Amino acid sequence: MRTSSEIETVSKRASRAAGFSWGVSEEIGKCIKSLELYQISGLENLNDYLKKIKNIRPKGPLEIEHKNSLKEGNFCPIYTGVALMDASSRIMKLKTLSIQSVDFPILLIPFLNKISYKIGKMIEVKFDDIEILLNLNNYISSNTDLRQKILKYTKQLSINVIENRDTFDASVWDSLYELSTETFVEESDSYHHY
Amino acid sequence: MFNVDHRDPKKIMTLSRLGSFHQSKLSFLRSFIREFKNWKFKRNLFDLNDGGYGLVVYSVNKNERTYSLICFANELKSDERSDRVIATKWDAAFVLHDGVPTKSDLDRLRQNVPKQEVGRVSYKELTLSRANKSVRIFDHVVQRLAKGMQPDIKLINDVGYLYRTTAVYGSGKFGLADRYRIKDRPEICGPFRLEMMLVYLVRQFTFDQVNHIAKCKNPQEAVELSHDIARNLGIGNSTGLGMAPFIVNHPTLLHNWIFSREEALKQIRQIENVSLKDFEFFKSCLNRSKKNINSWITESTYQNKKIEQLKQDLEKLENDLFSKLDTKQRHLWNTIYNWVELNLSDEGVEYIVSMMMEPYDSIIEPLVAKMSSEEDQYFDIPGEKKVSELLSIVENHYSKFLDINFDTKKSVTNFWFISKNKEEPRIANRYEEGGSDLEQPLAIARDIAKLHKKLKSSNQSNTVAKFLLLNQDVRHVVRRCFIVENFPYSEIQDNTIDENLVPIDMLRLKLSFFGAQKFDPRSDKWLRISMYQGAPLIHELNSSNDTWMYNLI
Repeated sequence: MRTSSEIETVSKRASRAAGFSWGVSEEIGKCIKSLELYQISGLENLNDYLKKIKNIRPKGPLEIEHKNSLKEGNFCPIYTGVALMDASSRIMKLKTLSIQSVDFPILLIPFLNKISYKIGKMIEVKFDDIEILLNLNNYISSNTDLRQKILKYTKQLSINVIENRDTFDASVWDSLYELSTETFVEESDSYHHY
Repeated sequence: MFNVDHRDPKKIMTLSRLGSFHQSKLSFLRSFIREFKNWKFKRNLFDLNDGGYGLVVYSVNKNERTYSLICFANELKSDERSDRVIATKWDAAFVLHDGVPTKSDLDRLRQNVPKQEVGRVSYKELTLSRANKSVRIFDHVVQRLAKGMQPDIKLINDVGYLYRTTAVYGSGKFGLADRYRIKDRPEICGPFRLEMMLVYLVRQFTFDQVNHIAKCKNPQEAVELSHDIARNLGIGNSTGLGMAPFIVNHPTLLHNWIFSREEALKQIRQIENVSLKDFEFFKSCLNRSKKNINSWITESTYQNKKIEQLKQDLEKLENDLFSKLDTKQRHLWNTIYNWVELNLSDEGVEYIVSMMMEPYDSIIEPLVAKMSSEEDQYFDIPGEKKVSELLSIVENHYSKFLDINFDTKKSVTNFWFISKNKEEPRIANRYEEGGSDLEQPLAIARDIAKLHKKLKSSNQSNTVAKFLLLNQDVRHVVRRCFIVENFPYSEIQDNTIDENLVPIDMLRLKLSFFGAQKFDPRSDKWLRISMYQGAPLIHELNSSNDTWMYNLI
């Protein structure tokens, strides 16, 4: 078994060798480690992606907008992830984004998970028939088993910042609150100190 | 209230100052012994043949927790023995196992631990190491003990150890447990505590092995190594450049180490009334420590100059200052410190700073608990900040770098790289050797200067996120800027690729925090040290005091 530390170091160095700057390669190391800790195939997706870009110059967005597309070619998941992460406060404002033509979209997940943590809100990500919910960099839930999943490309990826909301209705809350009050003690006048 | 500022990072974080640091109460060897003095140490298995080769297992236990050191002692021909990184065989190989190893663990480890970097261990193992005998002293000790005599004290003092390690690995290397798996255990909250445990147990192995061989040689007459002499022996260590980039690559950790030292000094300088007892204790430690300085032997001209300077500094301190001091004067430590800073060399100043900590358990102990770092928490770049804010950080914290002319060859002579042979960091002259295109991101001063230039020509009201979209080549130093803003002791304030760089200054900084003594540079790129010399033996741990390193005979 490879350790997280080895996965991070090898991913970082391989990314540097593939042409990413040291600073971006450091981000990649952390993100691949994170994917692997969730048992998602970060290493394999990265390996395939770095092979794909051997002779091409990967591209990221130059602005972050509601709709993001390139005139030519596909978005690099790394540059896109780094750009989105740096612009977390803008993501918070935009709330919904779509990105056309993204290579290896699974590599984008850890960046979005970090954004979820930074802005303190859940993020829903959709591409192809996959729906993923990212919760404050604490857990990833998905309608699809992402283990062993290698996805080379998606035509469209959407990002939706979910407003914090209850998962229960008011009556459930009232019922539970009522029960909790049974731990309280009735206060008499003699306890008033003000 | 009397307030003393922390010392200026721009002064303290220079390599000449950091390369003058000495062990102190904050050092990891000492905090390890304080933490583990009430644990039970046991020799579980001792299966060596007459020549001292075979398997030994020690355990350290408290409540439900057990750590075991597994030692593999191998027969080595003298021409196979090498401290260099290219070595593939060693006199002994060690691994610290989490818990009590099963037979199947031992079988697995026997196949892998002696191979070190090319072997593979598991998450059940915590640290890995190997060591070679100091043949001259080892053979001498065996011969003497076998004849019923104790070894020659002078020889013991000249060398100081029976074995020297050539690497101690931890934290996820070669399959070892990742730090996150174990970091919340309270007994190992201090940095490198498991590495310190391994080295301490290896020291015990060297005593047990030497006694065993002598006994097998001459069962009738052999005696055991006297406790006084054993206590005087530590474990040697040969350390090369592998250690140097660590302090650049772990900025918040470096800050926490240095800040603990600076905070300790600040609190001590602020003490209004120094008790006579504490002052006498300081003087007693200082006096006893002179044995360490006088037995500090090296052939290095660079180090000998520093040792000589230190001796002169201490003499000056005693002759010119001590007679004028009185514990009735307020803020005595501050008076001493101010005098020391004005009159002594870097070597002397930092020696006295370490010594001033000796009487103050109550100041030091809480700081020891803060010397680790959750580095990932400080990794992300706050992209919403403005370029102007980033520029201001650069100009405030890195002003020294901005004065360097990086267009001169002298300023960029060296480059750091990872050796293909050993996957370890190395340094080379970029004008004489190939590979500078594969340079590691350790030229912080140069890259900060580059960032500064880019920032100056950028729109100041842009966000850092926008700046980075077109400037990812400086991302690694942008990250460091936001770290240094909150962790001012996180950055070495020198150019680490300059022609005049002395890499061993970087090694010494780290090793001083380990608690190493007797730095013995063998070149400007590697040195030997001694660890645990004077430390209590296993059976003495429970009753040991914290000033054991001043107990040399």
